[in-house]
Amino acid sequence: MLEYEDIQHILLTRAPALDGLYAFLSFHKADGGRAWLSEILETVQSAAAALALVEKEKRWVTVAFTWNGLRALGVDEASLDTFPEEFKQGMVARASILGDTGENHPDNWVDGLARPDLHAIAVLFARDAEERGRCNMEHDNFLARSDGVEVLSTLELEATPPFDYAHDHFGYRDRLSQPVIEGTGETPTPGSGGPLKAGEFILGYADEYGLPGKLPQPEILSRNGSYMAYRRLQEHVGRFREFLRENAATPNDQELLAAKLMGRWRSGAPLVLAPDRDDPALGADLQRNNDFNYKQMDPLGYAVPLGAHARRMNPRDTAANVNRRRMIRRGATYGPHLPEDAPEDGVERGIAAFIICASLVRQFEFAQNVWANDSNFHELGNEHDPIIGAQDGTLDFKIPKRPIRKKIVGLPAFTTLRGGAYFFLPGLKALRYLASLTDARHA
Amino acid sequence: MPETATKADWTKPAAMAIPQGGYFKDQAEQGRFGPIFPRTPACYGFSIVAKVKPGREANFYEYARKIEETVAAQPDALAVLKLHYLRWVLFPVKGELYFMYQGIFDTDFDKYTEDAVRLFTGLGMSTSFENLEGFPEDWKTNPGAFVKFVREHQCPSFLEYGEYPFVSADEIKKALKLKAAFSNMLDLMQ
Repeated sequence: MLEYEDIQHILLTRAPALDGLYAFLSFHKADGGRAWLSEILETVQSAAAALALVEKEKRWVTVAFTWNGLRALGVDEASLDTFPEEFKQGMVARASILGDTGENHPDNWVDGLARPDLHAIAVLFARDAEERGRCNMEHDNFLARSDGVEVLSTLELEATPPFDYAHDHFGYRDRLSQPVIEGTGETPTPGSGGPLKAGEFILGYADEYGLPGKLPQPEILSRNGSYMAYRRLQEHVGRFREFLRENAATPNDQELLAAKLMGRWRSGAPLVLAPDRDDPALGADLQRNNDFNYKQMDPLGYAVPLGAHARRMNPRDTAANVNRRRMIRRGATYGPHLPEDAPEDGVERGIAAFIICASLVRQFEFAQNVWANDSNFHELGNEHDPIIGAQDGTLDFKIPKRPIRKKIVGLPAFTTLRGGAYFFLPGLKALRYLASLTDARHA
Repeated sequence: MPETATKADWTKPAAMAIPQGGYFKDQAEQGRFGPIFPRTPACYGFSIVAKVKPGREANFYEYARKIEETVAAQPDALAVLKLHYLRWVLFPVKGELYFMYQGIFDTDFDKYTEDAVRLFTGLGMSTSFENLEGFPEDWKTNPGAFVKFVREHQCPSFLEYGEYPFVSADEIKKALKLKAAFSNMLDLMQ
């Protein structure tokens, strides 16, 4: 039985937000940090509250902490030691494992995200800009009353037009292949497999192997919590469009090339089901747009290249133990829309995403290390994920085609990682526990 | 690291001397569970050596029959590990029995560690490990301890050789399939 009243809403619900803000914080004093937490936790919805009030609510708040942030709040060393190694080390230290090299290296990150004194994130999803402004003022008041809480940076979120469906700045439809958790009552869409055990995503529940993973201690801190990998990924829209124009002669061929990189047309229609031309009605139809596999329907990659983004991030029936590698994705786009006919304007835009899972090393890091950035993936050789992989202009992208495949050499980087962090996303009881700590507990 | 580590030319047999400890200093790639042993002309691999608990020898022969049956019934049982060859050896040292488990495969062990642990568990391979001294008793609930045991008992090579270096099992299988396809084609041309 999932404890909806204790689980932060972001884990189980998706806010109907078109605006928002992330604030990255540092606590210079433990009691100041706890004072801030005591105030903000009153605004953090549980999954139960978010579901009950989804039509009425105008804003949704999430808070999470780095390992250093837990220490800064006063969590004692014995407890800190029970957290998993990769979380303790943090995303900066795991850069080479994640493929965060070259331009993506933490040395180049912005907004103070690589700083060891990054302690917390407050996530605001708002229904509109007005609500975001109101909440931001409310947050400023919390900060004014909390001694020694520094805002390292903020990131304003902005949905990209058209607003009637979720998509990124490249134009790819998003939210097509999300795992469904057993016990939520949701029914997976056709082709998505069965619901997954809650323990794959939420601490304290049985996972796909039937056992709850090892919980950080004390249990009140970890139960109903999860881990959240933050990735701020700049999308080079001008470069992407130029690449399509340079490598495909007609608008139709450009669309097909964009689809080959992703594994789906930008409308969301999967190439396995629509290999030759786009089918926007299929792309928008949740009952049909995920109903395919690779092993039987496209083993050689004539529809979806073996190295395409979707095929790497969810290899479906072509990888072992995929149910142990699934992740919940949340987040939003940021930066202004670049109109289709406009030249690159040099303004940063991209996606600011959260990947939520019970084990960063088994789920998120595996996907980055093996699926996105392993040159041996499907024996592809000189390839990484064409959308999110580490690209330095020396790698290829092969598109199987009869009689002879097309090989693109020197694939440019369409995205650059501008920052990231590992956060622990506590349940609501755990937030109250953290707010009630005293300095005496700090060893 | 010598140039052979990065150059893949299957026509040129190659050997690689590996420094003490198994890694090339300052060049060891970090995997999720620690540094990764280098890819050599003999691909990736491991050699796990451990002492057998007294009186447990017969269990290994029973285990061998079990693995033989498993693979016969399900030929792709080990596919996820991207293997070339596995060898299991028992040998005595000063009257005590030791076990060596050696594998050659196409991807570093770190990448598929969890899959390997799951596979070992599922196929009963871990039950052979239970006959080894120092094997964690809580391996069923603590995959991390299993991985730690494997890493601690890994004896890295100091020299590896490949007659057809850096060729993957999939490439070999593809080449043999192609040969068979050409052979069929020639039959059809008669």
